[in-house]
Amino acid sequence: MKRLMERWGRFLVGLPPYAWLTVFFLIPFLTVMKISLSEARMGVPPYLPLVEWAEDGTIALHAGLANFTTLLGDPLYVLAYLNSLRIAAIATTCCLLLGYPAAYAIARAPSAWRQPLLMMVALPFWTSFLIRVYAWIGILKPEGLLNGVLLWLGVIDEPLQIMETDLAVLIGMVYSYLPFMVLPLFANLEKMDLSLLEAAADLGCRPFRAFLAVTLPLSLPGIVAGSMLVFIPAVGEFVIPDLLGGPDTLMIGKVLWAEFFDNRDWPVASAVAVAMLLVLVVPVMVFQPFQKDRGEGAA
Amino acid sequence: MRGRALALYGALGLVFTFLYLPITLMMIFSFNASRLVTVWGGFSTKWYFELVRDEKVLDAAWLSLQVAVMNASIATVLGTLAAVVLVRFGRFSGRTLFTGMVAAPLVMPEIITGLAMLLLFVGMEHTLGWPAGRSMTTIVIAHVTFSMSFVTVVVRSRLGDMDISLEEAAMDLGARPGKVFFAITLPIIAPALLAGWLLAFTLSIDDVVISAFVSGPGATPLPIVIFSKVRLGVSPEINALATVVVVVVGLAMALAGRVILAREKRR
Repeated sequence: MKRLMERWGRFLVGLPPYAWLTVFFLIPFLTVMKISLSEARMGVPPYLPLVEWAEDGTIALHAGLANFTTLLGDPLYVLAYLNSLRIAAIATTCCLLLGYPAAYAIARAPSAWRQPLLMMVALPFWTSFLIRVYAWIGILKPEGLLNGVLLWLGVIDEPLQIMETDLAVLIGMVYSYLPFMVLPLFANLEKMDLSLLEAAADLGCRPFRAFLAVTLPLSLPGIVAGSMLVFIPAVGEFVIPDLLGGPDTLMIGKVLWAEFFDNRDWPVASAVAVAMLLVLVVPVMVFQPFQKDRGEGAA
Repeated sequence: MRGRALALYGALGLVFTFLYLPITLMMIFSFNASRLVTVWGGFSTKWYFELVRDEKVLDAAWLSLQVAVMNASIATVLGTLAAVVLVRFGRFSGRTLFTGMVAAPLVMPEIITGLAMLLLFVGMEHTLGWPAGRSMTTIVIAHVTFSMSFVTVVVRSRLGDMDISLEEAAMDLGARPGKVFFAITLPIIAPALLAGWLLAFTLSIDDVVISAFVSGPGATPLPIVIFSKVRLGVSPEINALATVVVVVVGLAMALAGRVILAREKRR
């Protein structure tokens, strides 16, 4: 009887989140996959059902990979995917190069300073993402602050065109995602056993060599975690390329948005989404072994 | 050795300048009397007064606040339950699927989540007749779906770290599981719940992409209003609006951070 009660209690605790995620996450996701296989049509909803009962009692099947062959056949889509991956990769590298020294400095700062410094890194994340991207428009545009300062200093003779280029998108991404790189790196670097570095020094290892041989390999999980947190959202990013990029900034998030809102082609938009996930699954699979399992399952 | 420390703090200073300069400049220019956003025309607060009179902005802000509070509350309950399932329930059939469903929204690009949610709502309206159109309900549902996973991450690590013998002691003394949870577990993980609530609140009040899919003409949250204004270009009103948002959210978060840190220290 007590066991039965316990099982019932566990069922009641688990049911709400399980049901919510099934109805509002799993099913929508399967819907996207289903619609990516269907044909577009005019009407509500703007796609044909996959299986249709025809008048004479036969079943008509409208499912195919036509949307996906469209994606592969049109250089616009292929270029958009490649460009998204390229910009996301460069942004991730820049975040790492900027974020690693910062995380290292915080992790090795006097312990009373660490929390405040960390909060200063995290605070921009808590303020609006949209507004932080917007703030760059005033700086980067041709008559913006950056050009104003450079012209005044006499460094340049005419305004630089940074706004509406891939460079502006890149700056926006590094700016928005930098905290995501610093926080996991800090968590990793702070836990590191410093006696390992002392041991290396005692054995005659120079500081820089010790960094390369000890600190860097040990911080690899932090590097991977931070890079994933930057890379994955950057690939699918829409707001940054839309606001800072130009009409010819080709990124897959913008293409999906245009297919859905401008062309109203739901099947192709769904196919773009499914293909984006496939593109993202590969790096996740490659880096998965680096992420150690927390091993709570055995409880 | 000193040179190295200097280089490190130099890098840190660079990062902080990079993080804070753009926002600071935007805030300064919100007090610019000139309509030209990048030419200083003297100090003025007129854009703030213009803001207070903007009905559309005020309605959107009120809607966003309501959505964010509802979202954070529902997401905290669901996210905490999910964390309890993951940390305390051990193996059960369907665990792998459950773990995957909790983790997936964390890494799913927002634009895909938004598209998927809208397609679900349209499909449901077609077959079940509910929800009728895009409203506050659809925005809250979509926000809960992507923010509950973040709550789970925060609460899960706290639950994993807590001393389980406290629960066992209460159980040995005859307390029932529900009683143990509310009398022992909940007070211990409360700071994580607060942190999770705040995280869900910010994610919701800040969200553009998912809201763009699931909001409609009758229910437009603040970020969507800002986004459509920003697409038309920089203006001093947006600078003022953005400054208000940054200051309010920044202060609230700094305060909450202090409360959480103070609680941590007391323990």
